[in-house]
Amino acid sequence: MPSQIESRTHDPVAATASASAQALLSMRGITKSYGDHVVLNHIDLDVASREKVAVIGPSGSGKTTILRAAIGLVKPDEGTIRIDGEYLWHVKATDGLRPAGERHARRVRRAVGIVFQQFNLFPHMTALENVREPLVHALGMRRQESDARATDLLCQVGLKDHLGKHPAQLSGGQQQRVAIARSLALRPKIMLFDEVTSALDPELVGEVLRVVRQLASEGEMSMLIVTHEISFAADIADRVLMFDAGKIVEQGPPSQVLKNPTNPRTRQFLRAVLER
Amino acid sequence: MSSFHWDWGFAWAILPELLQGLVVTVLATLLGSMVAFALGMVWTLVRMLRIPLLTPSVSFFVEFIRGTPLLIQLYFLYYVLPTWGLTISPLPTGIFGLGLFYSAYAAEIFRAGIEDLPPGQWEAALTLGLPVRRVWLGIILPQAIRSVVPILGNVVISMFKQSSLLSTITVFELLAAGLNIGSVNYRYVEPLTLVGAFYFAISFLSARIVRSLEAKHAFAD
Amino acid sequence: MATPQSLWDYLPYLAAGLPVTLEITCIAMALAIIVGVILALGRNSQIALLRWAAGFVIEFFRGSSALVQLFWAFYVLPFFGIQLPPLVAGILVLGLNEGSYFSEVVRAGLDAVPKGQREAAVTLGLPFHYRLFRIILPQALPIMVPPFGNELITMLKFTALVSLVTVQDLSFRASLISSTLGESGPIFGLTIIIYFVLALLLGGGVRLLERPVSRWAGRDFSAAPAARRSSIPDWAVGGTR
Repeated sequence: MPSQIESRTHDPVAATASASAQALLSMRGITKSYGDHVVLNHIDLDVASREKVAVIGPSGSGKTTILRAAIGLVKPDEGTIRIDGEYLWHVKATDGLRPAGERHARRVRRAVGIVFQQFNLFPHMTALENVREPLVHALGMRRQESDARATDLLCQVGLKDHLGKHPAQLSGGQQQRVAIARSLALRPKIMLFDEVTSALDPELVGEVLRVVRQLASEGEMSMLIVTHEISFAADIADRVLMFDAGKIVEQGPPSQVLKNPTNPRTRQFLRAVLER
Repeated sequence: MSSFHWDWGFAWAILPELLQGLVVTVLATLLGSMVAFALGMVWTLVRMLRIPLLTPSVSFFVEFIRGTPLLIQLYFLYYVLPTWGLTISPLPTGIFGLGLFYSAYAAEIFRAGIEDLPPGQWEAALTLGLPVRRVWLGIILPQAIRSVVPILGNVVISMFKQSSLLSTITVFELLAAGLNIGSVNYRYVEPLTLVGAFYFAISFLSARIVRSLEAKHAFAD
Repeated sequence: MATPQSLWDYLPYLAAGLPVTLEITCIAMALAIIVGVILALGRNSQIALLRWAAGFVIEFFRGSSALVQLFWAFYVLPFFGIQLPPLVAGILVLGLNEGSYFSEVVRAGLDAVPKGQREAAVTLGLPFHYRLFRIILPQALPIMVPPFGNELITMLKFTALVSLVTVQDLSFRASLISSTLGESGPIFGLTIIIYFVLALLLGGGVRLLERPVSRWAGRDFSAAPAARRSSIPDWAVGGTR
């Protein structure tokens, strides 16, 4: 397994062209600091089409930041991000790459969806209206079509009887499932999950994981999942990444990283997490 | 030591005229509030959207209104507007003056309401590909406005009390009615005390209502 | 038609209103502070009667505008045999009125002092006035300074009302000049600018007090609260920056 731990100086165009032409999400040399604190340290990360990648690690390791960078909520200080072949923050010019603006990012971002830890549902709208929102205002769908599609999505996540309810009337697990349905509305090619069960009461975690599992088994979408649920990650991930202090310290299939980790930091982390 | 006794008959007799004044007061308050909220939203949006030239001017203007007496602002509008060719009768002038003064407070309240929204709302809107206009009109403003309704209620109550200043620009509202009765009959006790009682009763009850609105809103979170 | 004298001739008369306005602002505010503290202590008192009394006073003065109260004091009190000079009436009404609002500021400051402080003082056997003035109030002070600045400016704006009961402050003089000259724009414009400058000076002066007061009270003064980053993202606001 090629080690991705050393930092390299990159020629973004050449490197990406050769190594990751196939990858759906391709992040190269991502560096981000807040003040003196380096949160991401020259991260290289690929997610292939239909691949499910789990990300584990302690808080502050950068795992949430890399996820937010992948959808453009965080703009890296250095590095490039390619989604489905297009650069998120750059445009290709004759002499290399030029920085691109918000409008360009907005277009490229379409292929990515995200589910947040805090759900971030719109409280003044019903579940159905929440899911319709991107359909109507991002895709320009008409009333009937958006209603049908939103209803369909909510049924998929098991909320058929809760279409007209507001978030305040739903449990945490139900709210998160609405959030998942909402993010699925735009049919993203890759879905990001930011610790989607961490804010839930333990007994509600299961219903959400069930939905994610189902999405994974349907196979179409790539997934990048930041989670603390180790056994869940072991079940559905094709590849697991261990983050620590802004770097990827280990990666590989779950059988390796989660059952027989080679990196001491990974071992230490897993011991602490599983000993609860 | 002057002798004094409260004349109930007189008090009863002057009620109709006082009530007429009260109607004007309530009218001025309601219309003034609408002006204040509308203008306040305008100021807030201009300040948020960082429009060159316009935004700093508006910011300064709002600070200026907040930092100067309502009385002088009313004088200015009442005496100076006609010289600019705008002859408006006292009541609309007063309503506009109240609305303008309180729009500065409303702007600050709206701004706080928007800023207090969880950043996650913005993030969700962005990642769902919603256009900027929709984010403001459909997501952010509805929530912000809903959350500050009780505080806006306090603005209305405050305006109700300060509407008494309209008496200085010849608007025949509640205080002016009381003063007029007092000066005509040279008996100020009953009219002014009743005026005070009216203000007190209405603002006290309204404050109670607003407080229960606040409690209801907090509970729903 | 008599030659209208220019605004310039009246400037000294207008300017003489400045000390009057400032005087009233400061004295009335001082009264408001005392009233505010007393009312706040009353509202927080263990004794139900004091709580009720303080509550009544607060609701009473907040129930109508300062102007109504001013006119009531000016026109009605004489019928009860109380003849207050207009200036005194003005300061009293403003002080009591503003004091009722300021009591909320004081209560917020008192609330901010950890309960443990009072408990520690009680268990150490310290008497009430010592507890209050040497332990509790000093710690409440830093919280109260910024809202105090706002209330001081509010007081400045309210002093304009005393012009309506014949006190010769800035507003009174401006009004008089305006009716004498027959033209109002420049005079009211100038007056309002003067008030604005005064408000800026008073506000700035109070802001200068924030740090020394914090230090005196033994608090860590952090200028951080003022510079809170806006939660509104750049993309929502006038394009790229």
